[in-house]
Amino acid sequence: MLGNLLIISAVSMGGLGAALAGFLAFADKKLKVDEDPRIEALTGILPNTNCGGCGYPGCRMLAEALLKGEAPPNSCVAGGSDVAKSLAAYLGVDAKEHKRILAVVLCKGGHAEAGRRATYRGDMTCTAANLTGGDKSCTYGCLGYGECVDACKYDAMAMNDNGLPVVFHDKCIGCGACARACPRNIIEMHPEDHKLFVYCRSRDKGAHAKKVCSVSCIACGLCVKDCSVPGGVVVKDNLAVVNYAVAPQNDESTKRCPTRCILSGIEPQVTKAGFHASKKS
Amino acid sequence: MGHKTFARGIHPSYYKELTAAKRVEGSTLPKTVTIPLQQHAGAPCEPLVKKGDLVQEGQKIGDVKAFVSAPVHASISGKVKDVELAQHPNGTRVLSVVIEGDGAVKDWEAGSSRPDLGSLTPEAIREAIREAGIVGMGGAGFPTSVKLAPPKGKTIDAVILNGCECEPYLTADHRIMAEDPEKVVWGLKALMRASGARMGFVGIEENKPEAIRAIKEKLDNSTDIQIIVLEAKYPQGAEKMLIHAALGRKVPPGKLPLDVGVLVNNVGTAAAVYEALVYKKPLIDRIVTISGNGVKEPRNLKVRVGTSFEEVLGQCGGISGEGEIEVLNGGPMMGIAQSTLNVPVVKGTSGITVISSGSFKSKPYDPCIKCARCVEACPMALMPYKLGDYGRAHRLPEFKDWQGVSCIECGCCSYVCPAKRPLLQWIRIGKLKVRQEAVKAAAK
Repeated sequence: MLGNLLIISAVSMGGLGAALAGFLAFADKKLKVDEDPRIEALTGILPNTNCGGCGYPGCRMLAEALLKGEAPPNSCVAGGSDVAKSLAAYLGVDAKEHKRILAVVLCKGGHAEAGRRATYRGDMTCTAANLTGGDKSCTYGCLGYGECVDACKYDAMAMNDNGLPVVFHDKCIGCGACARACPRNIIEMHPEDHKLFVYCRSRDKGAHAKKVCSVSCIACGLCVKDCSVPGGVVVKDNLAVVNYAVAPQNDESTKRCPTRCILSGIEPQVTKAGFHASKKS
Repeated sequence: MGHKTFARGIHPSYYKELTAAKRVEGSTLPKTVTIPLQQHAGAPCEPLVKKGDLVQEGQKIGDVKAFVSAPVHASISGKVKDVELAQHPNGTRVLSVVIEGDGAVKDWEAGSSRPDLGSLTPEAIREAIREAGIVGMGGAGFPTSVKLAPPKGKTIDAVILNGCECEPYLTADHRIMAEDPEKVVWGLKALMRASGARMGFVGIEENKPEAIRAIKEKLDNSTDIQIIVLEAKYPQGAEKMLIHAALGRKVPPGKLPLDVGVLVNNVGTAAAVYEALVYKKPLIDRIVTISGNGVKEPRNLKVRVGTSFEEVLGQCGGISGEGEIEVLNGGPMMGIAQSTLNVPVVKGTSGITVISSGSFKSKPYDPCIKCARCVEACPMALMPYKLGDYGRAHRLPEFKDWQGVSCIECGCCSYVCPAKRPLLQWIRIGKLKVRQEAVKAAAK
C-alpha cells in the first residue's frame, strides 16, 4: 500500500515538474524579448553610479537615450573625458570635448560676514528653515544647515567652521544633487574652465545688502566697467552677473570690487584631504 | 444639547481673556509705512507710483490685470520714499512701496450715506470690492471679488460669515462683531446680493456670548440670516470645518467651498465691504490683536496697513521680560514666526502674538511611536505621521497618494504629538515640493 502511494506521488509530481519545465523552455525561446545588446554594452561603459547628473533617472536610461541619439556622448558628467571618448568610439560619432563640471557655492557670507537675526528652533534643514524666511539676516544667503552636504552621495562636501559648505574638487563628480537640494539656489554647476564668479545672490539694493552682509554684491558696477569685454559682466536686479559666453576668465574685473564678492581663480582649490588637514590644525 | 461642530480637532488653551474685553483703539499715525505689493493670494501687483511721487490716503498704488489679484492702496498720505524689496511677514522679500507720511488724515465717514442695496447690481458690488482691494482678512488673503464671481455652471446659495476665531489669543473678529455688528450684518447682506445667495449665516463659537448677542440684536427682522452657535474647538474657523458644522455639506478633497454652493468670508471682510460701499474707503487699515505674555499691555488696535511690527508693539508698552521672544504674524497655531520686527502689518495680519522665552521649550524630537494621536486630531482625516515622513524625505508620489495636498496646515498634529515631532513643518515641505514640481512641469 505504502509503496503504491510513493510511486503515485513520485510520478505525479515528477510529471507536473516535467510539464512545467517544458513550458518554461518553450516560453524562454518563443516569448523572448530581444533587447538591443548595445544598451548593455553602453551601460557597461557608464560609471553606473546613477547620480542623475545627466538629467536622466539612471545610467541605463542615458544609455537608451545615447542610442536614440537624444543625448550627446559627452552627457555623462561623472565619467569624465575617458567615458565620453569610449562612448563616442562605441557609437561611432565624433567625441565632443568633455568639460568636467563642478559645483560652485555662490555665497561667502558665513557666520563672520552675515549674522543671524533670530534663533531658529524648527527642524534643522535648510528647506524647513527657509519656509518662514530663515534666521539669517540675508534672505538670499546660505542658511548653513547643510542640506547640500547631506544630499552629496560622493563625500565631496562639508561645512566649514564659518558655516558655509565647501566643495572638494578632487571628489566632486558634478551630479548637481547639492544644487537641487539648496532651497535658495546658491549652488550652481559650472565647467571647470569657469574661473570668474560673483559669490553673492542678493537682489537687495546695495545699502540693505551691505548692512546685512559685509561681502555682498552692492551692484556698484565697478566690475562692469573694469571688464575688458563689453557685456562680460552685467548688473541685473541689483546683482552682478558674469556672462560666461564672452567674459574673460581672469581677474581684471575683480580688482576694484569694494566688497570682494567677485573673485577669480579660487575654484578649484580645496581637496578633501586638504580640508580635513586644515580642520585638525 | 451640544453646539454644532466637526469631527476630531483639539481644545488648546485660548488665552482670549487677555484682550477679549478690550475695546478696539485707534493707533497713532505711523511716520512711514512699507506697503507690500502682494498681500493676497495670486499675481503680485505692479507699482503705479515711483520714488518722489506724492500720494493721498486711499490712493491706489499698485494693481495688476490678472483675474486673481487685488490692488493695494496708500494707507497714509505723503511722499513715496522708495519702491524696493522689503521683508514680508510670510518670510519672503516682496516689492514694496515705502511712504513717508505728511501727517494728514482723511475723514472717510464725512458726508457718506448708506446706499440702498437693492439699487446696486451684483456686478457693481463686485467691482467696488475689487477696487477697494478687499481680500480675505482671516489670514489666507484670497481676493474677495474672485470668490464672488463663480465660474459658469456653479451657483452660490449660502454665504457663511466666519466669526469663529478659533485661534488662541486672537480677539479681532470678536471685537468687530461686538462693536460694529451693524457693519458686519450689512456687509453680509451686500455679499449675499453680490453672490446671489438666498441664505446667510454667521458662525460664532459659543465662547463669545457678547458677539452673539450683538449680532442677534441686528438681525431682528431678517429671516434669511441666521446665527449658528458652534462649539469652541480648534480649527472650527477653517472653512471646510465650518461648512460641515453649519450646513452639513462636505467639500471634497481638492475642491473649493464654491463646489458645494457656499461662500465663506471672515466677519472682518464683511465690515471692510461695508466701509468700501458706504464710506468708499479702500482696505487701508484693519483690527489687529496684539497679545501674548511677551507684550506689556495686550490690546486690540486699528492699525494702518504697512505699519511695522516694532511700531505696533511699541504702542502696547513694548516687549516684556528678558531673553528670547517669539513673535508671530497671527496666532500661535497657524501664525508664522518672524525673524525681525521690521516687517509690516498686512491685510491678512489678524494678530501679533508675542511669547516670552519662559513659555516655549525647544528640545530635540523623539522617534514616532505610532500612537496615532495626530490621526485622531487631524480635522481633515489625514495621516500626519506618514505625511510628515514623506514630506521630509521629499517622497512626493507617496505624499500625493496620502492626500498631503489636502492639509489645511492647522497644526493640530504638531500640537498633540507626544514626541514633539515638527509634523506640520515637514508637511509644509512636502506641499512646497509638490508646488515646485507643478511649476517645473508647467514650465516644460
